[in-house]
Amino acid sequence: MSELDTIGFGLVIIAAAVGGAAILTWFERRLLGVWQDRYGPNRLGPFGVLQVAADMIKLLTKHDWVPPFADRAVFVFAPTAIVVAMLLGFAVVPFGPDLYILDINIGLLFFLGMTSLAVYSVLLGGLASNNKYALLGGLRSAAQMVSYEVFMGLSLMGVVMLTGSFNLRAIVEAQRDLWYCIPQCLGLFTFLIAGIAESHRLPFDLPEAEHELTAGFHTEYGGMKFAMFMLGEYLGLLLISCMITTLFFGGWLGPWLPPIVWFCLKVFVLICFFILLRAAIPRPRYDQLMALGWKVMLPLTLLNLLATGAIALLLEGA
Amino acid sequence: MLSSLTSQLRTIWTILQHSFTKAETVQYPEQMPYLAPRYRGRIVLTKDPDGEERCVACNLCAVACPVDCIALQQAVKEDGRWYPEFFRINFSRCIMCGMCEEACPTNAIQLTPDFEMCEYDRSNMVYEKEHLQIDGTGKYHDYNFYRVSGLAIKGKDKGQASNEAPPIDVKSLLP
Amino acid sequence: MPTITIDGVHYEVEQGKNLLESCLSLGLDLPYFCWHPAMGSIGACRQCAVVQYQNAEDTRGRIVMGCMTPVSDGAIFSLAGDKAQQFREAIVESLMLNHPHDCPVCAEGGECHLQDMTVMVGHRDRHYRGRKNTHRNQYLGPLINHEMNRCITCYRCTRYYRDYAGGTDLAAMAAHDHIYFGRHQEGVLQSEFAGNLVEVCPTGVFTDKSLVHDYTRKWDLQSAPSVCTGCAVGCNTMPGERYGRLKRVHNRFNAEVNGYFLCDRGRFGAGFVNSDKALEYPGLRQADGRYRALDHHEALLRMAQQCAQGRVAGIGSPRASVEANYLLRQLVGADNFAPGFSDTEQVLVSLALQLQADSAALVPDIATIESADAVLILGEDVTNTAPRIALALRQSVRNKAYELAAELKLETWQDAAIRNLAQHQRSPLFIAAVADTPLDDVATQCLYLAPASIAALGQAVAAGLGGGDSKAATDNAAGALPRAIQAEAAAITAALAGAKRPLVIAGTTCGSAAILRAAAEVASALCSGARQTMLCLCVPEANSLGQAILAGPDAPNLTTLQQRASAGEIDTLVVLENDLYRRGNEAQIDALLAACSQVIVLDGLDNATTSAANLVLPAANFAESEGTLVSLEGRAQRYFPVFQPQAERRAAWVWLLACLKEMERSEVYPLHHFDDITRACAADIPALAGITAAAPDLHYLNLGVKIPRQPARYSGRTAMRANISVHEPKQREDEETPLAFTMEGLNRDQPGALLPWVWAPGWNSNQSVHKFQTEAGGPLKGGTAGARLLHPGGSRNRTNTRPVAGDAAAENSGVSGAQPGLWQLVPRPRIFGSDELSAMSPALAELVSPGFIELCPADAAGLGIDTGDGVEVGDQLATLELRVNDSMAAGCAGYGAGLAGTGNLRALARVSLRRAETWQRRPGLIASDRGAGPGSSHV
Repeated sequence: MSELDTIGFGLVIIAAAVGGAAILTWFERRLLGVWQDRYGPNRLGPFGVLQVAADMIKLLTKHDWVPPFADRAVFVFAPTAIVVAMLLGFAVVPFGPDLYILDINIGLLFFLGMTSLAVYSVLLGGLASNNKYALLGGLRSAAQMVSYEVFMGLSLMGVVMLTGSFNLRAIVEAQRDLWYCIPQCLGLFTFLIAGIAESHRLPFDLPEAEHELTAGFHTEYGGMKFAMFMLGEYLGLLLISCMITTLFFGGWLGPWLPPIVWFCLKVFVLICFFILLRAAIPRPRYDQLMALGWKVMLPLTLLNLLATGAIALLLEGA
Repeated sequence: MLSSLTSQLRTIWTILQHSFTKAETVQYPEQMPYLAPRYRGRIVLTKDPDGEERCVACNLCAVACPVDCIALQQAVKEDGRWYPEFFRINFSRCIMCGMCEEACPTNAIQLTPDFEMCEYDRSNMVYEKEHLQIDGTGKYHDYNFYRVSGLAIKGKDKGQASNEAPPIDVKSLLP
Repeated sequence: MPTITIDGVHYEVEQGKNLLESCLSLGLDLPYFCWHPAMGSIGACRQCAVVQYQNAEDTRGRIVMGCMTPVSDGAIFSLAGDKAQQFREAIVESLMLNHPHDCPVCAEGGECHLQDMTVMVGHRDRHYRGRKNTHRNQYLGPLINHEMNRCITCYRCTRYYRDYAGGTDLAAMAAHDHIYFGRHQEGVLQSEFAGNLVEVCPTGVFTDKSLVHDYTRKWDLQSAPSVCTGCAVGCNTMPGERYGRLKRVHNRFNAEVNGYFLCDRGRFGAGFVNSDKALEYPGLRQADGRYRALDHHEALLRMAQQCAQGRVAGIGSPRASVEANYLLRQLVGADNFAPGFSDTEQVLVSLALQLQADSAALVPDIATIESADAVLILGEDVTNTAPRIALALRQSVRNKAYELAAELKLETWQDAAIRNLAQHQRSPLFIAAVADTPLDDVATQCLYLAPASIAALGQAVAAGLGGGDSKAATDNAAGALPRAIQAEAAAITAALAGAKRPLVIAGTTCGSAAILRAAAEVASALCSGARQTMLCLCVPEANSLGQAILAGPDAPNLTTLQQRASAGEIDTLVVLENDLYRRGNEAQIDALLAACSQVIVLDGLDNATTSAANLVLPAANFAESEGTLVSLEGRAQRYFPVFQPQAERRAAWVWLLACLKEMERSEVYPLHHFDDITRACAADIPALAGITAAAPDLHYLNLGVKIPRQPARYSGRTAMRANISVHEPKQREDEETPLAFTMEGLNRDQPGALLPWVWAPGWNSNQSVHKFQTEAGGPLKGGTAGARLLHPGGSRNRTNTRPVAGDAAAENSGVSGAQPGLWQLVPRPRIFGSDELSAMSPALAELVSPGFIELCPADAAGLGIDTGDGVEVGDQLATLELRVNDSMAAGCAGYGAGLAGTGNLRALARVSLRRAETWQRRPGLIASDRGAGPGSSHV
C-alpha cells in the first residue's frame, strides 16, 4: 500500500472506530434493555438510534467548564490522552489479510503499550480534578491497571509462543487450522478478564463506581471532555474485542464470507458478550478485585504459560 | 472458587434467557398505565355527601406535611362551619407521600390517581383552593364530619349529631 | 427536706408541697386537671391518682390523689403501678364519655390539656356505646367563646372566676351529669379577668373568640417574648403571629409580675396591630392637604433635612420605648424634649417617681402585693387603670385566711378547706375613691369622697400613725374631712398599724398630687418596726415611669412648648408615637402644631396628630419592634418583635437613628444596633443604667444557638408565600435580638426575658410552663424577666419627700369645699376604652362605652336630669350622657377618661354642668337602668 492509501485507510478506521463507539453507546443501552426486560432508548429515529445524535448535540452544546480548583492543563489533557491511546491501538489491528494500517513485528507489544498508556488518562483526570471522589477513582484505576497489566501481557505469551511471532497478522495466519481459543482457552479467559479490567467496564468499573464515588475519576468532567472519556471507554471495548478476535478467534479467517465481514461479526459477538457481562454480573468489592487479580488470575496465567511452554517444547521435541 | 464461577456463569445464562422475554415497560404516554384508585397523585379537596366543603381548616394536613407545602387559613361561615379561607398546596414541593390524607379527620383532602402535573413554570405548580376543590366525595362517599361532630351548625342543632342525646335542660330537677 | 420514694427511687422534695406539685417539680409526668399552681388543690378531677404504700412491706397499697396528698418523710408512692395507671386511664375514659368529636374544629386543639392527658394515660378506645350528653352554649360577650359540650367538669373555671378573680356571674349549675358552667342568662362576662378562662380551662369550653374566627394552631404561631402596652403594670405576654397578622396574646409567666394571669385589656387589646388604621407608607402633606406616599429613603432625607435646619423640638411619648424616646431626645436636645405627658400628668408622674424613689417603703412587684395583709387605696381605681394589681389585691385579702389556716396547720394548697375555714374573713382592704370601684366587694370599707377629702383622709391616717405633716393633717381633719370620716380614718390607722406587710396604693389618674403625697406619708409613717411597708403609685402608661426618668423633672411640658412655638422659637416639631389631642386641649394643640412650620410625626396608627402633620413616618407597633419599657414598679422590661414590620413600617428607633446618621451627628456613629442605643441611653442617664439588664443582648446564644420564634412543627413554610413567589427566600436573620425568625434554635433554660413560647414533649398546652420553671409554680429556670430600676426597699436614709418643681401649678385639690354651681371633674377610667391603643382593638370595640358623666342622685336631681339625659360640660367642653351613680361623691362629676368626647376634660377642673337640650336619649333606656346599656356592662 502506498503511504497515501495508508493515511486514507487510517482515517477510515478512525472514523469507523469513533462512529462505532458512538453507535455502541446506543447499542449497549438497547441490548441492556433487552436483557433487563425493558426497551432502552426507543424514541428518536428508528429504534431510537438517533439518541446518539441527540446525546452528541447535548454534550457538544454543554457548558465546557473547568472547575476553578482543578489543575487546568492536566484536566484538559487527560480525556484526550485516552482517546488518542485507544485510537493508536487500532493501528496494529489486522481487519483483513490486506486491511491494516501498520504491519509491524511487535504489533502485540504496541497494543499492550497503548492500553497501558490509557491508564495515565484516568489517573491524571482523577488527580487534576482536585476532588476526593475523582482522586479515589484515579487511585483505584492505577492499582487496578497495575495489577491486571501484569497478567494481561503474560496471558498473551501462550499465543506468542504458539505462533512464534509478535506480528498480529502472523498470529492470525497461524490460526488457519485451529483457533487459539481452543489450545489457549485459559489464556483467553485471563485475557478476557484483564481486558474488561483494562477498559474498566462493568463489572470492573471500580474507578467510576457511581454508587460509591458518584462518578469516580470523571466526577468533575462534563460536556465534551466527559464525552471523550466515554468515547475512550467504548473505543477500549471495541479495541479489546478486536484484539480477542485477532488473538483467539482467528481474526478475519472464515469460510464463504469476505474476511472483513468475518472479522466484524466476531467483534460484534464479543461486544455483545461484554455487554452481557455488564448486564449480568455485579461489581466486586475492591479487595475482591485485587485478590482475584493477584491470587487467581496471575497464577492461572503463569500456569498457562508453563503448560503452553512445556507442550510447545514437547511438540517441538517430538 | 468453582462454585462462585458457576454462579456467575449461571447468572449470565439467566440474563441471556431474558433475550426472549417481553419488556415490562409501559409505553407512556401512548399507552396509559393502570393506576390503582388509591394511587398517591395530585391532591384534591372533596365535598361531603350534602355538597358542602369537607375541609374544616383544622391544619392537621399542614402540620403532617413533611415538606411543609400546605398552607391555609381558617375562617368561619355564617352557618357556623369552619372552612379554609385560602388553601394552598405548593406542588413543586409536594412529595405525594399521602401524610396529609392520613392526617385529615374529615376525609377532605385526598390523593388521586393523577400524576401528570408537569409545568414549564414552577409558579403554575402552586394550587389554590379553587384548583384543589372538586365537587364529589372522592374515595369516601358517606362521611360527613358535621354529622358526627358536636359543633352546632345551621340545620344541625346541639344533640342532633349521631349518637347524641338532646340538649340537657339545666333548669330541670329530674335526674 | 423530706425524702420520699416514688417507684423505688428516692427523691428529696420540698416540705409543704403536695405530691402532684412535687412530681411535676421533679420532672415526673403525672396527669392532672383541676389542680392549678395559682389556685391550689381541691381533688375534684381524680386524675392525679397514685398508689401510696404504708411501708416497705405493703404490697397492695391504696390509691390516693396526688394533689391532696402532702409529702412526708419516708412516704412511698408509685406512679407507674398498674393499679394507678388503670385508674387514671379509667378516669380519662369517663371524662371523655360525653366529649364531642370536635378536635378538628376546636380552637383548643393542639394546645389542649385534655388531649395531652389522654395521650399521657394511654386511653384510646371509647367503650361506652351510649349517647353523648349535649348542652346549649351561651353568648358570653365578644371575647369568650363558649362550647359547653367539651366540658370535663374539672371546676377550674368557676374556681378561677369566682374564687380567684372575684367574679360572680359564672357558676356551676345543675347536678350529676347535667352540670353546666355558665351564666344564669346569656350576656357579657362581667369580670375584667374573664379572658384567663381561655388559659385556665384545660379543654375547649372557653376559647378566645377573636382567635376562633381567624384561627391558627399553636404550632403555627410565631411568637416572641413581649410586654403588654395596655397599662403601666408591664405584664409579660407572648403574642402569636401568622401571615403578618397578630392572632392572639397569651400570658408569659413571670413569677414577680403577672404570674399566670392577664387582664382582658392586655389579652384582647392588642388587636390594634391588625387595624386598618395602621400606617403603611411615609406620607408627605401636599398643598391641597392630601398625603402623598414617599419611599422611605426620600422620607428619611426630608426628615433629616428639616431637622438639620432651624430650631427643632421633640415630643416623646410614654407609650414609646425608652430607646426611641432617648434618640428623639438626642435629636432635639434635652432642653427641647417634652416627654409627651399632659401638663398635669407630667407633674404627677415625676412626683410619683420621686416619692417612690425617696420612700423608705418597698416598691412592690405584683407577687409582693399579693403578700400584703392590709391595704389602703387612695383615690385610684386600680381595676380600671392597672387591672392586674386589682387581681393581686383580691389575693392579698386572702392572707387572713392563710393566717387562720396556719394556726390549724393547714397546707396553703388546701384551697377548698381554707376557703371554708375563712368564709368571709378577709385581710383589711380600705378604699377611698370618688365613687364605687370593682374592688369594693372585697373591701373592708369603701369611702366615696372628693379628691381633696381623700388626700385629707390620707393625711389623717398618716398623722394617726405618727408621721407626715401633723399640722396640715390636723387642719385638714378639721376642714376637709367630715367628722364621720374621722372615725373611719382611725379604723384604717389601727388596721394598718396592726399589719405586718401593709400596702398603700395611690395613682396619678385622679390628678391629685396631694393624694400621692398623702399616700407616701402614710407609707413612710408605717416604715417603722418590723413592718415590711409597701408603696405602690400607679402611673398611666406602659413607659410613663421610664419617660419621667428619661426626661427628668425639669423637662418642658406641652404648654411651655406651645408658648415657645407661638413665640416663633420652634421651626420643626418631631412627635413620637403620641396623639397630642389626648394630652391637651384641642385649642392648645392646634396652636402648637400651627405655630411650627414643619410637624413630623412618627406613629403606628392614623390619629388626629398624624392628620395634622406635614410628614408622617409609619412607626412599627410593639409586635413588630423591640424596645424597653419601665413599668410602674420601676421594672425595665424588653419586648421583642414577634414578626417583621409590614409594608414600610420601621421601628421608631430605626427611623430616628437613620435620621441622626443622615444628619451626620457624630454621637450616633458608634450606634449600629438596638443594643447600642440601650447601652448609650444607660450610660447617659444614670437612673436608667439598669435597662441594659432587662434582657440579654443580641450576642446571647443558648448553648451556641439562637432562640426560635417558631415552634418545631411550624407548618406551611414552603407554601405560605408561594402565591407571591414560588421561589422561597432565605429566612430573614434577626440582627437585633437573640431570637430567630425560624424554628431553628433552642427554647430551653434561657433567661426568662427570652421565652417566646412554651412547649415540652407530651405537654402541648400552656401547662407545659412548669417544664420551664425551677419547680411547679416557681420562677422560670433562666431567672425572672426584667430589671428593677427602683430597688425594692428604696433608699432608707431619706424618709421625707422633697417638693417637686411645678408641683403647685397642678395643685388645686387642696382647696376644700365645693363651690356652688361648679362641679369638680374626676376621671372615671374604664378598662376598655381609657387606653388609647387597646380601645382600637376590634375585639374590645363592642365593650368600649361612649363618654359619660357620673353624678350622685342629689346633684342630678338638682340639675333636673336623670340617667340617659345629656349634660353639657363647662363652656362647650363636651356634651355627654349622664349616669346617675349612687356612690358618687357629692360635688364631683365623674367622666369616662379617655373615652370618646372627653378629650377636653381635665381632672380636677371645676366646671359648670347644664342639661343639654338637644340631646337624644338612646332608645330603650329608662331612667331606672342606672349604668345600663351595652357599653356599660362592665361598670
